[in-house]
Amino acid sequence: MAERSLPVPFRGGGFEPRRIRHAALVSFCLLLVVWQASASLGWVSQLTLPGPLRILDALWAMTASGELFRHLGASLYRLIIGWSLGAVAGLALGLAIGMSSLARSVGIPMVSALFPIPKIAMLPLFILWFGIGEPSKVATIALGTFFPTAINAYAGVDAVPRSLVRMAQSFGLSTTAIVRTVILPGALPGMLAGIRISSSIALVLLVAAEMIGAEHGVGAMVLQAGNLMRTDRLMAGVVLLSVLGLLVSAVISRLELRLLRWR
Amino acid sequence: MRLEARGIRHRYAGLEVLGGIDLAVEEGETVAVLGPSGCGKSTFLGIAGGLLQPEAGTVVTTGAPPQGCLNPLTYVFQDFALLPWRTVEGNIALPLEGRLEPQERAARIDEVLARIGLADFRNAWPRQLSGGMRQRVGIARALAVRPAILLMDEPLSALDAQTRELLLEEFVALRAMERLTTIWITHNLEEAVRVADRICVLSRRPARIKAVLRVDVPASERGQPRHAATLRGLQEQLWALIADEVRAADRELEPEHAPEAAHG
Repeated sequence: MAERSLPVPFRGGGFEPRRIRHAALVSFCLLLVVWQASASLGWVSQLTLPGPLRILDALWAMTASGELFRHLGASLYRLIIGWSLGAVAGLALGLAIGMSSLARSVGIPMVSALFPIPKIAMLPLFILWFGIGEPSKVATIALGTFFPTAINAYAGVDAVPRSLVRMAQSFGLSTTAIVRTVILPGALPGMLAGIRISSSIALVLLVAAEMIGAEHGVGAMVLQAGNLMRTDRLMAGVVLLSVLGLLVSAVISRLELRLLRWR
Repeated sequence: MRLEARGIRHRYAGLEVLGGIDLAVEEGETVAVLGPSGCGKSTFLGIAGGLLQPEAGTVVTTGAPPQGCLNPLTYVFQDFALLPWRTVEGNIALPLEGRLEPQERAARIDEVLARIGLADFRNAWPRQLSGGMRQRVGIARALAVRPAILLMDEPLSALDAQTRELLLEEFVALRAMERLTTIWITHNLEEAVRVADRICVLSRRPARIKAVLRVDVPASERGQPRHAATLRGLQEQLWALIADEVRAADRELEPEHAPEAAHG
């Protein structure tokens, strides 16, 4: 009797993420529609959670009165100065730790010991040192962004394959040339990762610092709105912060695309 | 240029890797250094080119480097060691930067790109290239500095058998033109027999020279069938020398915390 031939059943496939076009946009729009509907139909009190249209109204009113720009301007000023100071200092220390044994021996234990401190807890001390004005808030943001930038920078240097350094040495390149052509470009992905992480930390610290001691700024605006039960203005502030976060993330993504196109 | 290693000894973390190597490579000669995996071949090459400091012994070179030489002792690496953030052209330019005027640099790059058959790939990123093409870039980068001595650290080990065959042929042709002094580290018997004028067989750790064999067939004729029996005989002779060493090395534990260069 002839043996039966059986086709081999397909058992592979799946478990591979694939991009579904417009899925994110459609689901986001759907969420907005449900949210607005629940507000308009009275399912949720407008006082508890105002609908998107009411938040838009509040945003428009604040824009028209110029209030929004006053708050946004104050926040951006603190964010840019604090983040720049923290990121530059963090990059400098991180690169030093990555490239110098002495800096590594001194720096890593110090960074490990200080990194877990919640940075916002330092704000009262900074207020005592620098006063209630801008420097204390800027210092809090700078301190918060300093550590992740430093850690990622030295991790970036560590990730540069030693074989590439040896190759450069084998061609007789000077230390400066090796740093410029091998170490810095090789550490760039790590440095950019640090900048990305520190940007979200900077935003959190900005809001927290403004809630503790500021007259102007998006954080202060959100807190004041909450105190007055103006949830539409409160949510407008939250939307503003989300947009700010998205914008910063988009700028960093563009930077990564441009600088890391070799990957 | 001629290179001579005298009494090279080296140890990693108390483990003796090289147990006294004396080897002279004459000008224009290619010497293959063959040995079991982990015996210290690459360590020897690291010492020969000045990338590692030996515990004892010296390496000396004699003779003048060729005209326009920017780096007399030049390596070609097993893992290609290309900068992924530079294009093919950028990688070749690396050792020329700051040493040559832009025009001369461009001319050298064009010359080696044409010689190695990479002219169409000058703007490609390393990630876009096959293993064979990446190693061609490594060789082009080495030739661009007009070296006096080439130090080939298992240059074909990371490649598949067919690509290895292609690159072997290309190297033999290149050698016929350039007559570069070359040390070629390998654990592949056939490769050693195809490229070398002499083959230096190392024992397992601590590595010592077990034998030095001469390949009497001209390199350019080694692909011809009439020499096949001679070359096969030589391979068998090499295997007879090395087989026990390979078996013993195969049963050794890897040294703890040994640097990358200790392997090979």
